[in-house]
Amino acid sequence: MSESARKDTPEQAEFRQYCRAWLQDNLPPDPPVRLPLSPLEITTSEQLDYLQAWQKKTYDAGLIGCDYPLECGGGGRRDCQRVANAEMAAVKTPFLPNVIGLGMAAPTVLFHAREEKKAELLPRLFSGEDIWCQGFSEPGAGSDLASVQTFAEKQGDKWIINGHKVWTSLAHFADWMILLLRTDKSHKYDGLSYFVVPIRSELGKSVTVRPLIKMTGETGFNEVIFDNLEVDDSYRLDEVGKGWQVAMTTLAHERGAGEMVTPRSGGKGKSDDKEAASVFGSSALVDLARSSFRNGKTAADDPVIRDRIMREIIREEGFKQSSRRARVQGLQDHPMRIPLQNKLLMTEIMQDVAELATEIEGAAGSLSVADPNAPAAGRWPLAYMNSFGMTIAAGANEVQRNILGERVLGLPKSK
Amino acid sequence: MAQPTNFGFGEEEVMLRDSARKFFADKLPTERLHALVGDDPDPHRSLEARWDPALWQQMMELGWAMLAVPERAGGMGLGAVAVVALCEEVGRAAFPAPLLATLNATYILAACGSAAADQAMAEIIGGTAVSFAAINRQGSWEYPDTDVTVADGSLSGQACYVQDAQKVQHFVVKARCGSGTGLYWVAADAVGVTIIPDAIVDLTRDQARVEFSDVAAIELSDDAVAALNQAMPALWTLQAADMVGAAEWQLQTTVEYAKVRKQFDRELGFFQAVKHPLVNVMVAIDQSKSLVYNAACAIDSEPGKAARFAHMANASASDAAAFASSRSVQFHGGIGFTWECYIHLYFKRQLHNQALWGDAAYHRTKLADMVIGPVAA
Ligand SMILES: Cc1cc2nc3c(=O)[nH]c(=O)nc-3n(C[C@H](O)[C@H](O)[C@H](O)COP(=O)(O)OP(=O)(O)OC[C@H]3O[C@@H](n4cnc5c(N)ncnc54)[C@H](O)[C@@H]3O)c2cc1C
Repeated sequence: MSESARKDTPEQAEFRQYCRAWLQDNLPPDPPVRLPLSPLEITTSEQLDYLQAWQKKTYDAGLIGCDYPLECGGGGRRDCQRVANAEMAAVKTPFLPNVIGLGMAAPTVLFHAREEKKAELLPRLFSGEDIWCQGFSEPGAGSDLASVQTFAEKQGDKWIINGHKVWTSLAHFADWMILLLRTDKSHKYDGLSYFVVPIRSELGKSVTVRPLIKMTGETGFNEVIFDNLEVDDSYRLDEVGKGWQVAMTTLAHERGAGEMVTPRSGGKGKSDDKEAASVFGSSALVDLARSSFRNGKTAADDPVIRDRIMREIIREEGFKQSSRRARVQGLQDHPMRIPLQNKLLMTEIMQDVAELATEIEGAAGSLSVADPNAPAAGRWPLAYMNSFGMTIAAGANEVQRNILGERVLGLPKSK
Repeated sequence: MAQPTNFGFGEEEVMLRDSARKFFADKLPTERLHALVGDDPDPHRSLEARWDPALWQQMMELGWAMLAVPERAGGMGLGAVAVVALCEEVGRAAFPAPLLATLNATYILAACGSAAADQAMAEIIGGTAVSFAAINRQGSWEYPDTDVTVADGSLSGQACYVQDAQKVQHFVVKARCGSGTGLYWVAADAVGVTIIPDAIVDLTRDQARVEFSDVAAIELSDDAVAALNQAMPALWTLQAADMVGAAEWQLQTTVEYAKVRKQFDRELGFFQAVKHPLVNVMVAIDQSKSLVYNAACAIDSEPGKAARFAHMANASASDAAAFASSRSVQFHGGIGFTWECYIHLYFKRQLHNQALWGDAAYHRTKLADMVIGPVAA
């Protein structure tokens, strides 16, 4: 029995059996196209179609939205999403494409939207039929998010929206957007309001989505321009002027410190049963070192390389054990201390592993994904470049360090 | 056997940890510790151990020295998770006492599995403090290495870097015996034993070279390597717990200073050149602490993985200790560079800790041998 299974509640145990049986019979066929490493790197509609079909199937089977109320298309269960996630991870299912919807929009809608909107929006979000994106950042507002200028003006029961969002991941596929904007220019924080707005149905009319090319040459994020987009007041979340508080719900979930567990499927073949589990790929470094050469012998015999691989393996284990410790009564010094470190650790370990992997490849680390001789199909230099998306996005790590220093250590605010 | 998700850290462990924290805070707050061990800044000060034997007596009455003695030998047989919770507090208090030395010896004795070793543990229960005399002149951390030899039941040679040698009544001595290596029980005041104190940087410990000249000894085990294979993960993990506790003190003390000391009209902690490294120290401590409890839990319930996890815990904690030390001195500015500021006590204890029973690079080397396999000859 796996470690987590032994601590299951009766409901979780029954649900685990159900998930396991369902997954056994319903594993998807191999993808017809090569899949990207993460949802934010989806580039073609073939990739999207395949992944969307998988999300719909898992939702219909009850493996997604398990902990959400029945009235809005959820499973009405208690603390069962983590069970479904673990079971899907164990059999290495494909990932879910609607990440921003599941991870950020869904909990925000749940906690702040009107009841009828929850019932309207969430079922299609869970099924992946609607893809969601996040319209927070702007050319002039990044880390200092509360300085957004995209503006909504009230006209009767409608709002008229004008402005410019950037770095909007998945917007080129998106049907809906969560949108933080300004409804009052005289107050910075209290002048913000939060909406959900349709994107796809307005394309070519009041909404323009332009792809931006990442440093890797791939697409993935966009700029989005609003030119008199009209939305009904019923799509406002919470009160006018409370946008910042609503955004906090979104950001807490984005940083993995929210109340709802994000539905996750498979991913990189991470397994629930201890031994092989290597989320960041530090154990792949060992294989890479065995097949790379340095000073006329295998890189796995090079003392410097060995030492550096061990550092990453230790960090990855430390991360894993901290997640475990965060759930033990009496072993944390401050309730937010470990949760707020997650983002830093995940993104920096991933970055350092990818950098080290590229270095272990030596001369061959120069070869890109387009070269047939590239070791690991050119994955490592690509992963290294893409890792900066992670250390910059979702609260740049410098800002995350401010938050840890201020909220956990109690140091004075830097602003 | 798999590990329990909560590391086996329950109410009993919380109580032990909390009562230890209170005991140390009440009995030896940092200013008293400084008065006790830091009375003489002269690098050539006398080499006698500076500590409070009465407090050690009280700790033994609380049963802390026999926590790890198995029930078969009359002890409390508590898990390593409880023991590391205590050791973290010892580190946080930078407490001068042979507690870790005695706990370390206990794990080695328990691994010997002989009647003589069980008898030795009974003496620990009776109040005997013990230290492991193992390291040769070269400072080798390899199990078979020793400068002591045994012939006809008598030991001759020397053991270096023996911890708390002036505070203990017995030694567990590693000695070459024919082609193998054994472990032996020797009283510190036995005829032929000479304790020659080292002058050391750390003020909270004493250390010595111990010379043996034809000393009658009791054999505990004729296979030291086997016993140490079993016991050393506990020593590395306890040591790591001490470093984690001390690093947390260094972090909190420096954070408090950064909240009150003002320059350029701002508290120091406002500046990110101070704030961000302190956050990094915290992250390093948390990683190490999680690895320590994981290693301790493995000792209790997944012994096949204990060595691997203990190497991780100790390597991580050694690096965290070094980092916490350097930042704690730097961020105190000029005052941090003085004898009167308490942080030097912890800086020095950590420096000592970092190299005890293997430093970070050593543990990573050993871990690599397990994970990747030994380097081809
Ligand atoms: C791959 C990717 C996907 C993204 N997806 C989305 C999305 O879907 N929706 C969305 O709304 N946004 C998205 N973003 C935007 C992201 O949230 C911002 O890039 C991020 O908040 C940083 O803002 P910025 O780019 O304006 O950088 P800036 O805020 O200008 O920061 C530049 C540098 O200065 C540092 N810095 C800034 N302020 C401080 C401070 N107070 N103290 C110390 N250092 C500071 C930062 O850490 C950074 O290193 C995405 C970004 C990336 C890279």
